[in-house]
Amino acid sequence: MKCSSLYLWLRQKPRIAFFMCLPLILMVVCLIIYPFIYSIFLSMLNKAETKFVGIGNYLFLFKRETFWLVVQQSIFFALVAVFFKALIGFIAAHSINAIPSKGQRKWRGMLLIPWVIPPALSTLGWWWLFEPTYSAINWFLVKISLPAIPWLSETFWARFSIILVNVWVGAPFFLIMYLAALKSIPADLYEAASIDGANYRQKLYYITLPMMKNIISITILFSIIVTFANFDIVRVLTRGGPIDTTHLFATYAFRVGIESGDIPLGAAVSLFMFPILGTLAFIILRSVRKRAMEV
Amino acid sequence: MKNNILNIKNSIHSNRRWALIAAYSSLIIFVIFFLFPPYYMLITSLKTNKEIAEMASNPWIIEQGITLKHYVYLFTETPFLTFFKNTIIVTVCVVIITMVISVLAAYSLSRLKFWGSGVLATGIFLTYLVPETLLFIPLFKIVGWLGLLNSYWVLVLVYPTLSVPFCTWLMIGYFSSIPKEIDEAALIDGANHMQMLWKVFIPVAMPGLIAATIFAFTVSWAGFLYPLAFIYSESEMVLTVGTVTTLIKGDVFNWGSLMSGALLAAAPPVIIYAFLMDYYIAGLTSGATKG
Repeated sequence: MKCSSLYLWLRQKPRIAFFMCLPLILMVVCLIIYPFIYSIFLSMLNKAETKFVGIGNYLFLFKRETFWLVVQQSIFFALVAVFFKALIGFIAAHSINAIPSKGQRKWRGMLLIPWVIPPALSTLGWWWLFEPTYSAINWFLVKISLPAIPWLSETFWARFSIILVNVWVGAPFFLIMYLAALKSIPADLYEAASIDGANYRQKLYYITLPMMKNIISITILFSIIVTFANFDIVRVLTRGGPIDTTHLFATYAFRVGIESGDIPLGAAVSLFMFPILGTLAFIILRSVRKRAMEV
Repeated sequence: MKNNILNIKNSIHSNRRWALIAAYSSLIIFVIFFLFPPYYMLITSLKTNKEIAEMASNPWIIEQGITLKHYVYLFTETPFLTFFKNTIIVTVCVVIITMVISVLAAYSLSRLKFWGSGVLATGIFLTYLVPETLLFIPLFKIVGWLGLLNSYWVLVLVYPTLSVPFCTWLMIGYFSSIPKEIDEAALIDGANHMQMLWKVFIPVAMPGLIAATIFAFTVSWAGFLYPLAFIYSESEMVLTVGTVTTLIKGDVFNWGSLMSGALLAAAPPVIIYAFLMDYYIAGLTSGATKG
């Protein structure tokens, strides 16, 4: 009796398993895959969405200088911001790991605050720090006899400010990841190296970096995706200005698609992110697939 | 020989001391860099309007006394409380939906293999890499057809697409680490899947469940693009968009209340992280370090 019910139960297993996944599958199909395919169709319509224009919207974008500016700025922004996030995250993680473990939690907690505040809200604070007449940063610069900086009104400084805020928001994420990786390196490796007379730099190059290689590359690839697709910071800080020089794909798509009402063109702009994101995702997937296989 | 060992010991000791000094000085610099904006937001929110407008005085300290006027203004003259209420409703719904979908799927994918479950697990990871900025324009049209435009319920519908993939992935990791002997024992005792999930898996994987809940909470609380694109009426707005758009209307910026609004809106996540940070970080880093 018991045996046959167990047998029945095992036979039903795939069906139950499928039903338990059904909500997830429905959500992914209806709200991710379908919108994506629909987005491709949408990007081939004219502004009033009455006529099929094929790749007309894409050709139109290719001819616009603003669009190429957006491409350049998005790539430049993502690479520079991720580089500094990774660098600061690495140094901070290393510093926390170097102090006695009693105080580590407290320092880590303080350094995580930028990452905990919703970015749209902390960017408001930065916006106020950059405000042309009252800028508290400029007050300080003038006090130490430096010139005041036009943070958001000149292209160079506006781009600089956006990267600065992005690094501020995103560096703690690297800090957490690197700290976890540092903690997983066996301490006896360092002890053995010390006995052999290795100095700090040698330990860094021959133990720490090789041991952290995987986590560093995954974190960087992942962060490039998130940074490249960023919206909040640019939207709150500059809205793409001055003269569209700080737009990223996302903010430009929002401007064109939602604010100017040309939904097909906006869809075309955001679809341009896909090849780059897809390539990065593919690389990440290759390194993570091992774990998916175990599942 | 003895001398040599002593030398090494000494050099290790002095290396340690220098490493400590370097570590603390860089940490102090980072703390200043990371904390001065929130600090400045806080003191601005406590200053009188007169002091905020003064150009000559030091903006980094409060000289003319603390006032709570901006906070009072926020609660009495602006729809800030409505934003707060909407955000809480949206977040609670999103967290519940996310946890139900992802716990069920993770249980199924980690224990009950079926045709295509391996592909599905990989697919979930891929959807986690889809940023919200890729799909907001087609979603704008779709939620328009559904009649959800300009209502905060649209967020309850779309936010799970951002939270479920990571939460499922996280829970798969935690469930997979539960020894198979446990479910065999439960199986022989006659437990069905729901009982096993509820009485065995969820209690054992509680730390993962907490981490996933915090993640879903964060996604929902901090979301900015979707509410900005889909919601226009003040009565339907959530905190992030409400604070950024409605509080800076007009020519004169009310910096004091703007900053107090941003701080209050950021307070719930900060408080939650302060208490549950260790769970969250363990969950977040386990996914990456195992891979």
